[in-house]
Order: sequence, then C-alpha cells, then structure tokens
Amino acid sequence: MKITKNTLATLRNTCLGLSFAALTGSAQAVDLEVTHWWTSGGEAAAVAEFAKALNENTEHNWIDGAIAGSGGTARPIMISRILGGDPMAATQFNHGRQTEELIDAGLMLDLTDVAEAEGWKDVVNPTSLLDSCTYDGKIYCVPVNIHSWQWIWLSHQAYKDAGVDVPSNWDEFVAAAPALQKAGKVPLALGGQSWQSSGAFGVLAIAIAGMDAWSAVNVDKSAETAAGPEYKKVFEAAVAARELAKGSNVQDWNQATNLVITGKAGGQIMGDWAQGEFQVAGQVAGEDYTCLPGLGVNEVISTGGDAFYFPKLKDPAMESAQKELAALMMSKEVQVNFNLKKGSLPVRGDVNLEAANDCMKKGLEILAGGNILPDVNQVFSSDTADQINDLMVEFWASDDVSAEDAQNRYAEIIADAD
Amino acid sequence: MTDASATTPLDLNANAPRGQKPKKRFAPRNIMLYATLFVFAVYYALPLYVMIVTSLKGMPEIRLGNVFGPPLEVTFQPWVKAWSEACTGINCDGLSRGFWNSVQILIPSVVISIAVASVNGYALSNWRFKGSEIFYNILIIGAFIPYQVMLYPIAIILRELNLFGTLGGLVMVHTIFGMPILTLLFRNYFASVPEELFKAARVDGAGFWGIYFRIMLPMSLPIFVVAIILQVTGIWNDFLFGVIYTKPDIYPMTVQLNNIVNSVQGVKEYNVNMAATLITGLVPLVIYFASGKLFVRGIAAGAVKG
Amino acid sequence: MDDKTLNSQKNKRPTRLTRHLNAKIASVPMILTAVVVFVGCSVWTIVHSFTKSRMLPKLEFVGFKQYDRLWSTKRWLVSVDNLLIYGICSLIFTLVIGFILAALLDRKIRFENTFRTIFLYPFALSFIVTGLVWQWILNPDFGLQSLVRETGWSSFTFDPLNNPDIVIYGILIAGLWQGTGLIMCILLAGLRGIDEDIWKATRIDGIPIWKTYLFVIIPMMKPVFITALVLIAAGIVKVYDLVVAQTSGGPGLASEVPAKYVYDKMFLAQNLGQGFAASTMMLVMVFIILIPYLYLQYGGKRHD
Repeated sequence: MKITKNTLATLRNTCLGLSFAALTGSAQAVDLEVTHWWTSGGEAAAVAEFAKALNENTEHNWIDGAIAGSGGTARPIMISRILGGDPMAATQFNHGRQTEELIDAGLMLDLTDVAEAEGWKDVVNPTSLLDSCTYDGKIYCVPVNIHSWQWIWLSHQAYKDAGVDVPSNWDEFVAAAPALQKAGKVPLALGGQSWQSSGAFGVLAIAIAGMDAWSAVNVDKSAETAAGPEYKKVFEAAVAARELAKGSNVQDWNQATNLVITGKAGGQIMGDWAQGEFQVAGQVAGEDYTCLPGLGVNEVISTGGDAFYFPKLKDPAMESAQKELAALMMSKEVQVNFNLKKGSLPVRGDVNLEAANDCMKKGLEILAGGNILPDVNQVFSSDTADQINDLMVEFWASDDVSAEDAQNRYAEIIADAD
Repeated sequence: MTDASATTPLDLNANAPRGQKPKKRFAPRNIMLYATLFVFAVYYALPLYVMIVTSLKGMPEIRLGNVFGPPLEVTFQPWVKAWSEACTGINCDGLSRGFWNSVQILIPSVVISIAVASVNGYALSNWRFKGSEIFYNILIIGAFIPYQVMLYPIAIILRELNLFGTLGGLVMVHTIFGMPILTLLFRNYFASVPEELFKAARVDGAGFWGIYFRIMLPMSLPIFVVAIILQVTGIWNDFLFGVIYTKPDIYPMTVQLNNIVNSVQGVKEYNVNMAATLITGLVPLVIYFASGKLFVRGIAAGAVKG
Repeated sequence: MDDKTLNSQKNKRPTRLTRHLNAKIASVPMILTAVVVFVGCSVWTIVHSFTKSRMLPKLEFVGFKQYDRLWSTKRWLVSVDNLLIYGICSLIFTLVIGFILAALLDRKIRFENTFRTIFLYPFALSFIVTGLVWQWILNPDFGLQSLVRETGWSSFTFDPLNNPDIVIYGILIAGLWQGTGLIMCILLAGLRGIDEDIWKATRIDGIPIWKTYLFVIIPMMKPVFITALVLIAAGIVKVYDLVVAQTSGGPGLASEVPAKYVYDKMFLAQNLGQGFAASTMMLVMVFIILIPYLYLQYGGKRHD
C-alpha cells in the first residue's frame, strides 16, 4: 500500500492533530528507541510499517532495538533499563497484568490524553483490549493487534495418506487418530516447550468444558470448578490427547507446525501465528490445510495480543514524540498495514481487511459476532500462568501423571491464583 | 605446521634431560598415544564439521538430508546472508552491524579485567595483608552466583555511578564478573613462583610494582594466555550484559547473532544460523590459534624458572 | 608467611596501615567488588527472598513463604536432582578428560598446536550454539542414530534428548564437549610450570610414568587443580543456556536445572521473590560445598 502525499497530510491532521504539538509548544525532532521481540521475516516487515509511519509522518527517527527470544529475554532488559534510569522510548509487551507494577511505580507514561483526542474508546474492538491497557482509569498502552490461541490446524495430506476424511471437530479428530497411527503418522503434533502444552490444554478446556466452566476457572478463579466434573472431562480428554501426541519429538512450535505441513502429523493445536508457516510453505487454506476455530466445537476467539508501553522520560520533547508515536500506531492505515504483515487481526473494528486469507476471515467473523474470551495474559498473573505451564509440560510429557493427579494440582494452583 | 622451532628438535637430543621424550616414533606406546588423541579429536571436531557442511547447504537440502552428509551443491549464500543481509528487526545488514561494536567492547574489557585481576592475584599471593584472604574468598563464592540474580542491583549501582548505558559501565561489569575466576587463576599461578625469586628482589630494594613488572609479568605468559582465552571468549560471546547495560548504537554482535539464531517465529534457517555462528566464533578462534605460539614460548619461560 | 620473614629483615616499619600500602591501593578494585557487588548484592538478594516482590523489587516481607513454596515445587526438586547428577558427572569427566588430554599433549608430541586447537575451539562457541548443534547430532531421525543404522545396525537406539531418563546425559555430552578444552589448557599451563628436573629425577629412579603423574606431578599441581575445580563447579552451578538451547528443560521437566528455575521465575513468571529464594538456596548449596575447602584453606594454615 502506497501512502501518497495527500493521505499523508490527512493522516497527520486527523491523527496527530495539533494537540500534542501544543502540549509542549515544540516539534523538535528526536530519536525514539523502540524495543520489541519481533525478529522473524513477517514480524520484522510488520515492525517496518511502524518505523516507516514514524519516519515519514513526523520529524522523529525510529531507532530499532530488536531483541529475539520473546518476552523471557526482552523483559529483564526492559526492566533493567527502566531501573537503570535510562529507558527506551517505547517497548513491546503483552498487554494484560504484567506491567501493573511499573505503572504503580510511576515509571510509565499516561496516554489518556492521546486516547481521548483520538477517540480510542469508540474504535477499539473488542473494548476489552483497551481495558487491559487501563489502570486506575488511565490508559497506559497502545494495543496493536489480536492473536488468538483457539485454533487447530489439520493436514489434508496426512488424512489422505491414512485414507480418512479430514475431521471437522475434536471428536472426529480423536476418532480418526488410529487410522493415522496405522499409517505411521503422529495424530497430534506438540512441541516440547511448556507454553505450548499449556496453550493446548487451554484450547481443549474451552472446547470440552464449555465457555461457562472455562470462565469460572480462568476469570473467577473457582478452584471448585477446576476440581469439578467439567474439568474432569477436560483432563481425561487431555490424557487421550497425550497418547496422540506421542512421537512428536520436537521443541519449537514451528517445527511441530512443519510436521503438519509435511503431512507427518495430523494436526496441531496452536494460535493463529501458525498460519504464517503455512503461507511460507506455499499452502492454501481449505486445499492443503484446514483451520478449525475452537476445535470445531465452540467457535471463539481469545483476544490476546501485543501492546506498546511508553516509559516516562525526562525530556518533554521526547514525551510529545512518544505520544505522536502512540497515536500513529492506532491510526487506521498503520493498523491495516501492520496487521496484514503480521498475520494478526487489527484492534480497530472500523478497518477493512480485504487482503486477509480464509482463516483470518473466519477469525474476523467470530470477532464481529462477539464470541470472544480474554487471553491467559489478561486473566492470570505471569506467576500463575508459569505455574500452570510447569504443571502442563510435566503432564503432557509423562504418563506417570494421571488425570486425577493433574487435576488436583491444577485446582491447587487455581486456588492460589491471583 | 610444526612446533619444532620452539621445542628442542627430536633427534638431536637423545640424551637430553627431558625424561619423557618418546624414543621411537612408532613404538606401541606412541601409537596408543596418537590413537587416543585422534579419537578425542574426532569427538571434538565432529560438530565443527556438521556446522561447516550445514552452512554450505541450501535450505531444501537441509530439510531432506542427514546432518553428516556433505553438501551436494555448495552455496556461500548463507555466509553472505549472515554477514550482511540477515535482519535484526528492521535493520537488514547482518552481523556486520555489530562487529566493530564488539571489538570496541572487547579490547578495553579484556585489557582492564586482566590487568586488574593479575594485580589482585599478585597482591594476594605475595603481599598478603590483614583481611586479604577474606576478600579473596568472597570473590570465589561470587563466582558461583548466577549472574541473572545480579542484573537489577547492578543496574541500580551503575545508575548511582552515572555509568548506565555507557561503554565504561559495560567494561566495569565485565571486569567485575571476570574478577573471581581470573584472580584465582593469577593468585594460584603466582603462588607457584619460587619464593626465593621474590625475596631476592625484595632484598635488592624492588617494591610492589617493580617486582610485578620486572619479575612476575615476564614469567607468567602461559597463565596470561589462559586468561586471555577465557576473557576474549566470555566477553565476545556475552549477550545479556551487552544488551542490558548499553544502547542500540553500541550493541555487540551477539545481539544480531541471537536474533538470527533465536528467532522464535518463522522458519529457522539452520544454514544461516551455522554460518553466523562460525563468523562470530572466528575472532576467539583466531586468538586461540595465535596464542598457541605463545604457549610454546611459555615452555621456555618455565625452563628459565628452574 | 613471607610477609613475616620480610618484616623482620627490614627494621624501619611504618604504621600498620601504610605497610604494604601499594598492595592495598592496588587491591581497592578487588575489595570494592567483593564488598559492594558480591556481598552487597547477595545480601540484597537474600533480603528480597523474604518479600513478595513480583516484577519489581519491593520490601513487603512474607517470612519463609517463598521457601515453603520452593521446596514443595516439583520442578525445583527435579532441578536440584539434575544438578547433582550433572554436576558430579561433569566434574569427574571434565577433570579426567582434561588431564588426560593435557598430559598427552605434554608428551612432546607432533602437531601439538593442531590437537590443542581442536580440543579448545568448542570453547569459542556460545552455549546457545553448542546446544543447537548437539540437538541435531543427537536427533534420532537425521543425526547419529540414523548414521549408525545406515551402516546396517538397524536396532541401534541412541535418542537421549527425547528420553526423560537419560536426557541429562545428552546435555552432559554437549557440556563436556564445550568445556573440557579450557580445563585441558589450564592443566597444560600447570604441567608446563613443572620443573624438568623433577622428570629427570623420576626417570633416573626408574619410576613408571603413570606413577610419576599420580604421586608426584598431580600433588605438585594442587593450585592449578583448585583453579580448574572452581571453574568447573561455577560453570555447573550456572548451567542454563545449554539446557535452554538443547531441550528447554524437557521432555516434560526432565532436564530442568536450578539456574533456569531462577531465571524463569524472575523474568517469565515475574516473581522475583521466588527467584531470589531459589538463588539463595543455590548460594547455600555452594557454601556447603565450599566449607571443606575454606576449612582446609584456613584451618590448616592457622595451626602451623
């Protein structure tokens, strides 16, 4: 998409307005250092859209501070920098509860005035995204995309080789598994890292226990429900799924996705970012692979995603530049350009994504229908999420942990959750 | 390649005092010796072989083949990509971007950390003062603290010193974290220097620095080589400190290496990973190789000692 | 000891403080590092392990709660077990292999430079890469196992990274590969410092070579072995990157290690208090191991 001089000017007038220049009375050009962990091809291309927008629409400069290795690597860097008194101008974070303490300590820039001037409340859809950025009634971050966990990806090749139809829901998937195993394939590909085990369990839980039970456990932290009959079924299903996942023997999620792409595995439970792998491999949704939201049982989208936070800086010129960047990230064109490259859904309900592929469109429909759930990052503290990860990775990898055992420990974690 | 220039030539010294010299080149004991070395050499060299052949393969070949197979079609594209094209976020200029930054970090950090630690070791072995052993033992225990634990407090210390985000701050961090092991290394080495030498110099009126520079330094070449190996590798491969205590304009090369090797999403380009690894490893490797010569000279130093 | 003898030789001695003044001045960086950084940061860590610090360090004390949770967490218990196995094996094998290689290289062999470089080069590579390469070589489908099977031995099974019972040995193989070279180098430097006259004397006495090594040379190299020991032990306690790159702690929790627990709890779970409690326990373990060493260091000397 080309940005003409004309749209450029409108963008500048509508988005940035005069309010921020007026705040400080100066439009001094500054360098904005932005940290993020988007380093793969598609991700970097998406970030480049932000950089381009900043460099072209303002006098400011985007200084790229990319750190690969996701949150585990980037987080200590960011927090050390903030503690060291020399923070970056903006940084990526999963929105949710992670940053509450930084806000509490007064280290983050309040973006409420930008949000009001730009009318974020009216355009952000679902509004829960903005709620995740809100703390004490003030807005501290810019949500930039929506990623959902609730998908299973199925290989047409694998089912063809096994001589059975591609399943259209979880029950059919389980029923078709023996045929796959007979054909020497792994029915369910699952990477060895803990967040993948935990994510797959979450998706199973929504499909099998239903939305109400899921909400009771995840949102209301009901240990009773977690120990109850609905979740018993989930754990039993997970034990069955554990059998199906035997022989995956891979670590990274994309290696697991690759098993599906090459037809060595029947399917994988993974978030919508897996789509990029199919695309790179030249596969077409509906022809080479099938995507089922909510395992084909409960069609929902969980609204996780990424957001940008702006640490407080001393220089007022920097502050106004930070706010300009915040406004730009939410603007229509940047949202469209960014999310097309990223393969995620935009956070604005009022943009048009014609270029989206089939799976993405399915996602957009569900989103428009309002069948949404909060993401793990939004309901649990990182500590609780990490404890669940530890339990799940052990459970999925070892037959020694029975369904009952795992459920008891799960209920304990939920009881202590905050 | 041969070391003959530095050691005494084999044949001339049948009766020389070097007791353990093999007499016949093909004695059974010698065959055993070389066979053992050879077996170990295979274990150590195998991964290097895998890295090199992988870095010369195209991606389709990697997906198909076994890791030990030689490349059917040799391509240098992964090397080019790793050096000058691989992307780190939006900057697509590969490892070349951080190379000089790494050199800039490496040289002062290695020099200062080794200088400080060798003086420490010297003071600890020859000039003990009240409490010196206590400080030394604290250092040794410090070597066992996982450095992740120290990230935040160090950040606060650097902030108070106004060094946060500067090259000087990073050099200080490397000096601090290199200190326990290096000090130990030097202390134990200097402790093995015959006491008579030290005493004689004292009688001659040499002071702390005089003895250090004129007597200790010239005879501690082997241990300096070890220290250099340790520090060059550690500092050159450091990622965490470089990225936390500096800013993007002086990020070391490992940040790019990490971004190339560790990209979580997208297809893993194993060939580029391996090429990037080998390129990053080149600097320490060259230094190891060069230091081999110094090692041989270290033998001579040892001979003078006795 | 040498201080005392020197003092008695010189008759004019200034006050205690200025005695060895240059040595004291030269030791200021060391003293500051020891006191401010290592003691300071350790105390800071220990204090915060009794708090409920989450993302940022905060002084809200909760007593031993973090420790209760730590020792009732399966992952931590597995980590400690793994560290013990890995630590003991790594210590023994690194020392034995390192010494054998150093001794072989010290036999005035040809191509010493080449061999030494081959043994040492793995140390130039970061753990992340070491883990990645060995992950491939140990991969059952296209690594060592398939290579051996191609030669006809089709029942050959060697798949340590996917077998929870032996995964820690898979990591050990990579760890030894990376670390033994440096130890060899240090021991070689030590061997080079041994006086040639010693060898001459033992040869004249007709003592076999292995006996000379075992009973003469090794005891003489005590300081060098201590250096090597501390280096290896510190590496063992801190082992983290290698596990992350090779197995991410898997399968399941089978290859988790304490340093990874500390890191993950601090930065992934954002529970600093829990991470600090774990690292305090690591410090305690180090102390327990170091006590005999410290005792030898002081206890022995003070009495003679």
